[in-house]
Amino acid sequence: MQSRDQPRGELCVPSPYRVVDRTVETADTVTLAIAPVDSLARAWEPGQFNMLWMPAVGEVPISISGGVGGGATGGDRGGDGTVLLHTIRAVGAVTRALCALEPGQTLGVRGPYGRGWDLDAASGRDVVIVGGGLGLAPLRPVVHETLRGRDRYGRLAFLAGARTPEDLLYMSELGQWRARTDLQTEVTVDAVPGREWRGDVGVVTTLLPRIPFDPGRVVALVCGPEVMMRFVAAELLRQGVAPGDIQVSLERTMQCAVGSCGHCQLGSSFICRDGPVVTWERVGAAMGVRER
Amino acid sequence: MTTRSIADLLRDVGTLRDLPPDLLAVVSGCGRNVHFDTGTTILREAEPADTFFAVRHGRVALELFAPGRGEVMIETIGPGGVLGWSWLFPPYRWHFDAVALEPVQAIAFDGACLRGKCDDDPRLGYELTRRFAATLIDRLQATRLRLLDVYGDGDAIP
Ligand SMILES: Cc1cc2nc3c(=O)[nH]c(=O)nc-3n(C[C@H](O)[C@H](O)[C@H](O)COP(=O)(O)OP(=O)(O)OC[C@H]3O[C@@H](n4cnc5c(N)ncnc54)[C@H](O)[C@@H]3O)c2cc1C
Ligand code: FES
Repeated sequence: MQSRDQPRGELCVPSPYRVVDRTVETADTVTLAIAPVDSLARAWEPGQFNMLWMPAVGEVPISISGGVGGGATGGDRGGDGTVLLHTIRAVGAVTRALCALEPGQTLGVRGPYGRGWDLDAASGRDVVIVGGGLGLAPLRPVVHETLRGRDRYGRLAFLAGARTPEDLLYMSELGQWRARTDLQTEVTVDAVPGREWRGDVGVVTTLLPRIPFDPGRVVALVCGPEVMMRFVAAELLRQGVAPGDIQVSLERTMQCAVGSCGHCQLGSSFICRDGPVVTWERVGAAMGVRER
Repeated sequence: MTTRSIADLLRDVGTLRDLPPDLLAVVSGCGRNVHFDTGTTILREAEPADTFFAVRHGRVALELFAPGRGEVMIETIGPGGVLGWSWLFPPYRWHFDAVALEPVQAIAFDGACLRGKCDDDPRLGYELTRRFAATLIDRLQATRLRLLDVYGDGDAIP
């Protein structure tokens, strides 16, 4: 994994990045496009995250939701000169400050960190990608990646859930994905007034029986609120998918992001280093443990 | 359309998949192919529930009318899904409206006829009750998940 090869000291110091574009996704969420001020952006893998630092406010982990430009590897693995995308929801002091950044302003970035989606495990198999709410952010690059290497996979499905149509991220891209014949895209929201909405209504788990995957040869990639991921995993297990074939991306409070401080511990795993993407086989039992 | 082909079509319907052959013959014997144009009201709340549908193509919205809010879409049922369980349980009345969101092809089952057959054959009655109960549990779980409002609210951005 890319992050393992990088020198630790360098990784712990934020580099200055400049906001080059800002897209308002929903009432509480923006996507920032950021580029390094005086260095090259590091290569990254779908599912990894960066620590974004607002001086005098604080530092938070945010998934890399895509890239723009970046030479031969394309936009979704990063590399020289790549502009990085981060989709951020304003929930507290740091994320609010990040969401308020305008093009031209700067922030500190260190990373990328963690283990991303294991697409090697998905090679030659059906792939079902399930995202809820902000969980679409770390899944967006993996959808791009699987489409780029489309021949490597069997059936490919992307299921997205949100509370209302107004809360859906990446609306125009979702429209493009829905129009494709090599990717089954289903979108559902919790409830909606009127009949304007053209997608589904119901929680994202209700879409799973509609996807004609083979439980014995599918890999599921799941990201969203933890309760949602538990329900999705339970449904997949019920359909006969092995726990080792269910990958989930977890969120835990983080501080160092390099496996030193213990803030992000879940069972025997440090989510910053062993995750954020882990298999259900590894964390399923620990996720049932109540934390307050 | 022959009875046999309805039995074939039922392989794609989760709730009725893998019924023992003799029960499948009884159930499919009560089914017929139907089509609804976009916007058709398929079921109406409080009306007698003597039918249920296995959706083959298209999507159906379950709606509740809420004064002051109009129709609220509470769930959609797509291909492979079953629409309607009220035919099996008293008082045999629909609990919601169902509207075709797009052209819908479905198999309509005569629920009143099937109820009679269930009374005559406890094995059929048990099998169908068990399967529809499982569908109900799925819906209950989905409703519980929705009650948790897992996606929550962030702060409005400037
Ligand atoms: C690996 C990883 C990837 C992440 N990717 C993203 C991303 O792509 N986009 C994004 O917007 N956020 C992401 N997060 C979550 C983000 O890090 C937190 O929202 C952030 O740390 C909150 O900091 P704050 O100072 O703004 O709010 P705080 O003051 O720390 O918290 C404000 C409120 O938000 C709640 N809160 C804090 N963290 C979370 C959380 N993780 N989920 C839900 N509620 C929370 C708190 O309980 C509190 O009520 C990720 C987290 C991890 C661990
Ligand atoms: S954040 Fe410090 S160990 Fe993971």
